[in-house]
Amino acid sequence: MADPMRVRAAENGGIVDVKILMKHDMESGQRKDAAGKTIPAWFISTINVKANGKDVFNGQFGPAVSKDPFLNFKYKGAKGDKIAVTWNDNKGDKRTDEATVS
Amino acid sequence: MNMKITRLKQLLAATGFIFATGLVQTPALAQQKNDPKFNKMIQESFRADGIAALNRIDQDATQKFCSDPKFADSKQGQAMREKIQKMNMDSIKQPSDGKYIGDWKNGERIAQSGRGATWTDTAETPIGGGCYNCHQIDYKEISYGNIGPSLTGYGKIRGYSPEVVTYTWNRINNSKAYNACSNMPRFAHFKLLNEKQMQDVMALLLDPESPVNK
Amino acid sequence: MQRKLTLGLASGLVAALLTMTSSVSAQKSATDDIAKYREMIADGNPSELYEAAGEELWKKPAGPKNVTLEQCNLGLGPGVVKGAAAQLPRYFKDTNKVQDLESRLMTCMQVLQGRDPEEMIDAPFQKGPKKDMEAIVAYVVTLSKGDKIKVSTAHPKEKEMYDLGKRAFFFQGGPMDFSCASCHAENGKRIRLQDLPNITEQKGAALGWGYWPAYRVSSGQFWTMQQRLNDCFRQQRFPFPIYGSDVTIALSMYMAKTANGGTVETPGLKR
Repeated sequence: MADPMRVRAAENGGIVDVKILMKHDMESGQRKDAAGKTIPAWFISTINVKANGKDVFNGQFGPAVSKDPFLNFKYKGAKGDKIAVTWNDNKGDKRTDEATVS
Repeated sequence: MNMKITRLKQLLAATGFIFATGLVQTPALAQQKNDPKFNKMIQESFRADGIAALNRIDQDATQKFCSDPKFADSKQGQAMREKIQKMNMDSIKQPSDGKYIGDWKNGERIAQSGRGATWTDTAETPIGGGCYNCHQIDYKEISYGNIGPSLTGYGKIRGYSPEVVTYTWNRINNSKAYNACSNMPRFAHFKLLNEKQMQDVMALLLDPESPVNK
Repeated sequence: MQRKLTLGLASGLVAALLTMTSSVSAQKSATDDIAKYREMIADGNPSELYEAAGEELWKKPAGPKNVTLEQCNLGLGPGVVKGAAAQLPRYFKDTNKVQDLESRLMTCMQVLQGRDPEEMIDAPFQKGPKKDMEAIVAYVVTLSKGDKIKVSTAHPKEKEMYDLGKRAFFFQGGPMDFSCASCHAENGKRIRLQDLPNITEQKGAALGWGYWPAYRVSSGQFWTMQQRLNDCFRQQRFPFPIYGSDVTIALSMYMAKTANGGTVETPGLKR
């Protein structure tokens, strides 16, 4: 499985601030290596975040997002919510990490 | 009465102190000594890699002198500074074809490129002048360094006399001919730029049609 | 006719001033914007990914002896990681030498885990065993974040390393006559638009020593101090400094001592 993400979520006044750091090369497929060969595209295609089993965020990444992406968003929630982040990439690899809202 | 005596004692002590310090002579500043431990550390800490050979850490007279800036910048170092400058000046060759001004468009390319001569480069990698690393040149280029003076308007300001042309050629070839410990690499001396490249950089600075002089 | 001339002259002057100021403000705004960008992404410093991996590696049995690094002595006692990086490099009695973080970690890997230091030394940066090292370094330095840089030169070997490092800082070599001092010994200097800290003074030294190791956005990699020094020497057109060699430790000693009193801001985030 791919390298772990760093997921942090903190609630304040009914709003949960979610911060996710993902480890991924995010190759656009446009770059060439030192020998002149194109480095194959390899990037996160979709990302999904659930809180207590319900979708709170869905995103389509792609070649425009740079390496080791950082995602930050807010949703209406509470302390103790169970967050689950899943990404899928164009090579069929996926990764899920979890956190509890503090 | 007591106050007066204490004051007198203080004055006496102060005078004595000043007199004593005056007698202590400040040692004459000399070049830093050769240090076998330091030399050993340098020799053993590096290895050759790619085109970066180990002999790159063998210092010539200029490098040795300028590795001791305290002495190099001092009054005592002046004689040696002049010697180093003369040595560098004597090594400069004027262009073999007598041409000083080449193609400024290529000169700009050379000024923009900071590539070459590192261990990740090959012997075939064209070496750039890296001029924008330290200098402002074409005013349209905002990404410039300030380690060296601005060269914007170079020819326009100085004119295009033979003296200016020769001075500029010499500077590019070997800046240490004029300033023993100049931060600028010695482009001809270490064969970083060839004659044609230097003629092109000359054009960037001294062709009236160059954007530098517009 | 005269009015037109004066008007033309005046507008020409204003235009010239504007172009000049816009070029100067382009300078200022470029460096200011880079600082703003750093603030914005400071929250999502990818160094944290390395730090998380490093913490796991610290606690994971490894090497032929199948032991963790949890008894590693970084200067404050076996297993004490908090605050240790802020006091490195330092003299270690068991090896009888001054060591920086990476050479000390190599000692721990060798003594506790039976790992071969030559493999670590020979590995290219960002690959093989060095990947483990980079993660562990990220973990260790994070636990000194916010502390004051506090290295000592009380031990004679520490003082000697400092002196050797100071001399090395001004050592010119290679086909461009560069030393560290060529770029890092004056205030207010920059290469292109990259500001250069003056490492010969406390403030500048703290800007350098206090912010590396860091995640380097331009290469998408976490660079340890050894890698940063290595790439400096590459740009200076020097031969290759051996990983953990004395010149790298001496220079680290010089920089750290000069930076004393500054704040540890590692793991940093660089362009």
